[in-house]
Amino acid sequence: MSTATIDVPEVPTGSRVNYLNAQYGVKSWLFTTDHKRIALLYLVSITLMFFIGGFFAVLMRLHLIEPQGALVQPETYNKLFTMHGVIMVFFFLVPSIPATLGNFLVPLMIGARDLAFPRLNLISWYIYVVGACFTLYAVISGGVDTGWTFYTPYSSSFSHTSVIPTAVGVFITGFSSILTGLNFVVTIHKMRAPGMTWFRLPLFIWAIYATSIIFILGTPVIAITLFLLALERLLHIGIFDPAIGGDPILFQHLFWFYSHPAVYIMILPGMGVMSELVTCFSRKRIFGYSFVAFSSLSIAIISFLVWGHHMFVTGQSIYAGLIFSVLSFLVAIPSAVKVFNWTATLYKGSISYDAPMLYALGFIGLFTMGGLTGLFLASLATDVHLNGTYFIVAHFHYIMVGGAVMAYLGGIHFWWPKITGRLYPDGWARFAALVIFVGFNLTFFPQFMLGYLGMPRRYAVYPAEFQVFNVMSSAGASILGIGYLIPLIYLTWSMRYGPAAGPNPWGAKGLEWTTPSPPPTENFEEIPVVTEDAYDYAESTVNRG
Amino acid sequence: MSEHIVPVSLYIGIFVALLCLTALTTGVAYIDLGAFNTVAALAIAVVKMLLVVLFFMHVKYSGRLIQVFILAGALFLAILITLTLADELTRHWSPTPTGWGMFVPFLSRLF
Repeated sequence: MSTATIDVPEVPTGSRVNYLNAQYGVKSWLFTTDHKRIALLYLVSITLMFFIGGFFAVLMRLHLIEPQGALVQPETYNKLFTMHGVIMVFFFLVPSIPATLGNFLVPLMIGARDLAFPRLNLISWYIYVVGACFTLYAVISGGVDTGWTFYTPYSSSFSHTSVIPTAVGVFITGFSSILTGLNFVVTIHKMRAPGMTWFRLPLFIWAIYATSIIFILGTPVIAITLFLLALERLLHIGIFDPAIGGDPILFQHLFWFYSHPAVYIMILPGMGVMSELVTCFSRKRIFGYSFVAFSSLSIAIISFLVWGHHMFVTGQSIYAGLIFSVLSFLVAIPSAVKVFNWTATLYKGSISYDAPMLYALGFIGLFTMGGLTGLFLASLATDVHLNGTYFIVAHFHYIMVGGAVMAYLGGIHFWWPKITGRLYPDGWARFAALVIFVGFNLTFFPQFMLGYLGMPRRYAVYPAEFQVFNVMSSAGASILGIGYLIPLIYLTWSMRYGPAAGPNPWGAKGLEWTTPSPPPTENFEEIPVVTEDAYDYAESTVNRG
Repeated sequence: MSEHIVPVSLYIGIFVALLCLTALTTGVAYIDLGAFNTVAALAIAVVKMLLVVLFFMHVKYSGRLIQVFILAGALFLAILITLTLADELTRHWSPTPTGWGMFVPFLSRLF
């Protein structure tokens, strides 16, 4: 992709040298400290992981077409859902928006020339790759079957699969998250352009800042937890195994202390992307800027207080369950603030249905469904019925795929002209957005019904009466899979053959749109001085071009 | 962001203090304090941690923002421990159900 050159009249002659064509060759990519190039390195890596994880999902859904299982042995099925979960959570969703769009956009949006620690940024990508290699080694060496949650005592004492290599991979990748978060926090505090006050920051930056806090505070705990798991597995030190003095529920406490906030690592940056998309394509200021900004921070903080809702039926004290239930309901408040504020922003807006906006509108609906079904699960009594069923699977896929992946794709489509300097075919992009929306709902809506009717998750076989819903879900998954392949094809195509994009093809506000597409290596010819609030769409009409 | 110059003698002093506290931990381990065994070990560990954070990591001389972030880390660790203990310490409050047998004394009185 480094060979995409821009030599068309729309680009001012002085800025023809950009970050993509400033240097050539493999070395210029592998040793780059340019945040934009590192973002692209991440983009390639996580896209690869996304399709590997997706491949496992496809195999799973094919298997579940028949009640007795159509494709693989039950042991293999256990490995399929584990590796799907591990790869999608730790190697796609967690780094997805922060490491690609965040890396690319944070300096551009605040008017800086790079992140605060460019070399730390590069090493974080290498750490990610090393972690991914360990996990892929685990996949090749026979896979792992514990589920992505690694629950003890199964993972520590009984599983005969590659638990340690997988855990080491996740452990290593965690450091990549910590370094990325640290870099963002320091950059946002210290490197804002003159006039870029905290309350003039784009809401994407607020969301990335909140995410970074979770990265820094939460990730060390999962690292320690997996380290303890490895200690017990290798040296039989009694930490989680009750037979040697441990407590298996302690593992769940430590695991979910990170892994519940990790859900917000996945969705908060998506919410940041949403605020950018909704304002741009309805040509309005965001409704209630400070509410949206502070709801990001309050989600980040409350996310650390709710982890016990994963453990209502696993032996946790009922009294702790009561506290966690109440605290879990609190997260609904800032989440709802965001949804209502985006909807209020749309009100009387001049809405256009470009491809990124289709993803944004999809996000609002799907995230709302995912969030509200979360309340069913935060209620102690209904959770007893729904826990461990496909209802849970549907719920978190509505958040993580219907929410986070939709926002990620919306963001990629929105900033693609800025990243590559090229436009993609709009018709195909809208078509793909619709295919993904339809495929997603057909895959996961039947799973709500399956779960409510009592079909447990993680089983390779099921009673025959559940077959109709399972076949619907598998049909949806194949549509969804095609929906994800279409953008892969036309976005790759557009890098070489797409028409050149001007600096601001959407007529959007924000500093990143004031610099040429693709931006020069140093981002701005001169450091901009900010004189207006974010999303100042009302006062001036910005022309596309 | 100005660099604070710390005299080497202070570093050596802290290092000696850390060694002494390590010796103290080892010594205390030979005395049975009953329920206070863990408390004593943790208290010494916290003091050592504070010495490292404040002096070796220069937090004592750093700006407010860095101190706030360090405190945030401590706060979230406290949340982890508190809410985990909220489970651990209340787990035995509820009587363990023993099946229908628990109703037998009650029912036998009725009939």
